Amino acid sequence: MNKATESTLTIDGRTVAIEGEQNLLELVRKANIDLPTFCYHSELSVYGACRLCLVQVEGRGISGACSTPPEPGLKVLTTTPEIREIRKIAVELLLANHDQSCPTCSRSANCQLQSLAQRLGIKKVRFKSVHQPVPLDESSPSLVRDPNKCVLCGDCVRMCSEIQGIGAIDFSHRGHEVMVQPAFGKPLGEVECVNCGQCASVCPTGALTIKSEVDKVWELIADKAKTVIVQIAPAVRVGLGECFGLKPGEITTGRIVAALKHLGFNQVYDTSFAADLTVIEEGTEFLERKTQGGTLPMFTSCCPGWVKYTEQYFPELLPNLSTCRSPQAMFGSLVKAMLPDQMKIERKDLKVVAIMPCTAKKFEAQRPEMGVDGDPDVDYVLTTQELAHMIQSAGIMFDTLQPESFDMPFGFYTGAGVIFGNSGGVMEAVLRYAAEKATGQRLEQVDFQQVRGDSGLREATITVNGSELKLAVVHGLRNARVVAEQVRAGKSRYDLIEVMACPGGCIGGAGQPVSTTRDTRALRTKGLYHADKMLQLHKSQDNVFITECYAKFLGDIGGEKAHHLLHTTYQSRRRIADESLALMQSENEDKLKVSVCLGTNCFLKGSQEVLNGVLRHGEQSGMEGKLDVRAGFCFEKCESGPTVMIGGEHIPNCNAAKAIEEIDRRIENDEPAGTCNGHSCNHCGK
Amino acid sequence: MIASIEGQRGMPRPKPPFPAQSGLWGKPTIINNVETLAHVSRILKVGAEVFKSIGTKDSPGTKTFALTGHVANTGLVEVPFGTTLREIVLNIGGGITDDAGKIWKTGFKAVQIGGPSGGCLTEEHLDLPLAYESLRAVGAMVGSGGLVAMNQGTCMVSIARFFMEFTQRESCGKCVLCREGTNQLLALLDDVIEGRADAGTLELLEKLGHAVQVGSLCGLGKTAPNPVLSTLRYFRKEYEEHIFEKRCRTGRCKALLSPGINEVKCKGCGLCIKACPTGAITGEKKKPHHIDAELCIKCGACATACKIHAVEGI
Ligand code: SF4
Ligand code: SF4
Ligand code: SF4
Ligand code: SF4
Ligand code: SF4
Ligand code: SF4
Ligand code: FES
Ligand code: FES
Repeated sequence: MNKATESTLTIDGRTVAIEGEQNLLELVRKANIDLPTFCYHSELSVYGACRLCLVQVEGRGISGACSTPPEPGLKVLTTTPEIREIRKIAVELLLANHDQSCPTCSRSANCQLQSLAQRLGIKKVRFKSVHQPVPLDESSPSLVRDPNKCVLCGDCVRMCSEIQGIGAIDFSHRGHEVMVQPAFGKPLGEVECVNCGQCASVCPTGALTIKSEVDKVWELIADKAKTVIVQIAPAVRVGLGECFGLKPGEITTGRIVAALKHLGFNQVYDTSFAADLTVIEEGTEFLERKTQGGTLPMFTSCCPGWVKYTEQYFPELLPNLSTCRSPQAMFGSLVKAMLPDQMKIERKDLKVVAIMPCTAKKFEAQRPEMGVDGDPDVDYVLTTQELAHMIQSAGIMFDTLQPESFDMPFGFYTGAGVIFGNSGGVMEAVLRYAAEKATGQRLEQVDFQQVRGDSGLREATITVNGSELKLAVVHGLRNARVVAEQVRAGKSRYDLIEVMACPGGCIGGAGQPVSTTRDTRALRTKGLYHADKMLQLHKSQDNVFITECYAKFLGDIGGEKAHHLLHTTYQSRRRIADESLALMQSENEDKLKVSVCLGTNCFLKGSQEVLNGVLRHGEQSGMEGKLDVRAGFCFEKCESGPTVMIGGEHIPNCNAAKAIEEIDRRIENDEPAGTCNGHSCNHCGK
Repeated sequence: MIASIEGQRGMPRPKPPFPAQSGLWGKPTIINNVETLAHVSRILKVGAEVFKSIGTKDSPGTKTFALTGHVANTGLVEVPFGTTLREIVLNIGGGITDDAGKIWKTGFKAVQIGGPSGGCLTEEHLDLPLAYESLRAVGAMVGSGGLVAMNQGTCMVSIARFFMEFTQRESCGKCVLCREGTNQLLALLDDVIEGRADAGTLELLEKLGHAVQVGSLCGLGKTAPNPVLSTLRYFRKEYEEHIFEKRCRTGRCKALLSPGINEVKCKGCGLCIKACPTGAITGEKKKPHHIDAELCIKCGACATACKIHAVEGI
């Protein structure tokens, strides 16, 4: 102990030094006493709601350890009979208002409520059940909300607003009717949730869980008519072991491959291969933007949580987002384009399963643009946790498995692809490529320590070929917002910005085994850098199978075919679902779409009269079969309201006469067209 | 309140930091009620010495109580601290009344002091000078200054339930002990009132009440069990009657009533039959009548109708 820390207090009679801890709880834990808590999370604000952390402070009575600042000389007791009784009562009270269905609950294996009840020796709940069942919310592609299991600790709420800066969920109602839910009780799938799943990763119970696709995958591998291939993401290899008692960060790649083969997948590939491909495409895109005056800074686009975030909150920055698909998506589209011919099967019989640390990837796989004619490039996404379930349910003894190797060619990868799994990894991988490309010289020193670290917002300046590259690495969407706002304001100094939604990057993804603390994340990150070290190749451009892939199949880097398969487009998602109200509908395929904005601004400027006029005109001139009239709620063109969209065209400062004239003109010229509903998208450029 | 002004959800925050350190928008803030501010203006006007010459040593000045309940004169009364309960209720309040509003000389039973989450004072406290320190000593508080007088016809369990229901509704729902605890306290009181309670109920009421009192996050939760704990302290006998004898001495707890017609007294006049809304009473004219317990909803109409008080147990 150094001199500066002479201040001490006692905890259960033992002297403990105060070394900058913010609250008694941290000190108690430092003294090796695992005080139970539901609502304390070292990376979130103190909430003080669960009342489990109560301690007795001599002379002051009982108070919450999480919200009591340490003071020298305090005498703290953590387990008096009175405190034990209060803790038991608190847990019993929760259980009395809980759907106690542990055997069938997906959190059973690591539920904190269940284990706390055991720890406290609760044999019987003395209170009667006051639980009122409410329906589950299964609307999200990534998560299931089960309010019947919620203990209202608020961890999810604070995670979503404090770390992710979104606030998709919050408390509603008062007293014992309190619930955590999206605004206005909407389903989670229809609000601004970006599917990052971080709320679920801090949830102590089964109230927020990952939407499992395990059953569908079981069905798929049992179907002999299908060829089922599987890709595993970099971060999975340093996380899965934790479900089988191994230490965080321990690399289990070979055993994962063996387990997947055991489970019956036909081919086992590595997403790191596609990550190498991403490096080449994204690196090339970046160098082009840099040297040819393209839109800068460029944001990375491999995190679907961040992509949806940008689409929702910064649609004006969509041109800054790299057009590269994520490695998962590149992998899916590439193999579904290449393999059917090679294997002489039909595309529909080739199925791709992805094992990801990520819940947002489930959403990404369902994006219509990530598929061909409705057939998705990636059929199912399983998280690390779901794979662990499959392995356990098949009875495979993971820890004693003999390691096996990936299938070729998509199982071949370099260290650059592996470090994609941690924050800073994409940046470093791209630098390893770009530096060599820009200078034309072989890069010997491949480690870019400047971009490593665990701070949520890191900057680095790197000189390549005499020109300075200003870089930023961000994780956590609230940090991303700071950077994005600078870009929007034109004040950003950066050239390239890597954004990962999850703390620490994908190694801290919500699909990873739960209880993700800063320490766990550091170990997983270390594991990935170690994996990089252990490999022979560290630069994506050295991946021979990638070179071959371009030579034999893709053509030029960033060329037409590569663009078609490996890049994508984005859409503004400023508005949430259900934003328009149909007033006159027609079954007719080529009806003329008319949307009149009834947002506050346009309403004040008289849009209601426009709408009435259009509807009256439609009826009077017998256009019912040809018109589809809707009322919208703010098209974000308020300055030129009333806003009316006719056949995809924006009519500014519209009035009834103008609208009717345009409708008549189009109907007469048989020019309905346009599926555009008037919201800015980047397909037609309007 | 601070949270509401900031546009946040109205929920308490863990203290420290106290509002005086970091309050509204993170700035030091003081929050006082109107009465305090009114006193401040008077102290500034007349000086602290004059102010302190009224009241007791530790509670100087005056206090405004909101007197209500079974008293002849209800309303706001401002008295110096240290005035006795007897003075306020029996003198200023004009004495205890019955349900019909007539003075009931021996009717005093208790007062609930300090608002819904205050405590009860009984006959033994009639001569207690009301001040912060003396009230604290008997487990009550000045609180909001509410004073609800209750006559002998009041069931203390029902009163505890009444106040409990109020505080339970007021819970913001943030912390477990208050949110779930007040709800369960209410359920336990219902058990007592509706005849489902046993010895365990009483023990649980006390333990849970204590846990909520000690462990809740904010003042609302910490004081919410007071009505239960203080009636348990001073009127335990009444709880025990409800639980073990299934009897409410005031007849307020309907579930514990079992109306019956005294066969000896009944003259078979049939007035009760006409009064009964559910047709629960049968009987031949001039012969003792009978109540069907299945149909009876314990409304008491028959007892009121019967001129010779032959309906008993209600
Ligand atoms: S959340 Fe926990 S306690 Fe509740 S049913 Fe699931 S496993 Fe059991
Ligand atoms: S998944 Fe992410 S964005 Fe959605 S509610 Fe949870 S924390 Fe918020
Ligand atoms: S959903 Fe989970 S994290 Fe959120 S309040 Fe409920 S129990 Fe806590
Ligand atoms: S950081 Fe990784 S795990 Fe988290 S949402 Fe983005 S891609 Fe998924
Ligand atoms: S108490 Fe009411 S319901 Fe019961 S017998 Fe009398 S009048 Fe009828
Ligand atoms: S009113 Fe009284 S006396 Fe008359 S029948 Fe009823 S119980 Fe008997
Ligand atoms: S951890 Fe302190 S109240 Fe929940
Ligand atoms: S209100 Fe109509 S465009 Fe904004």
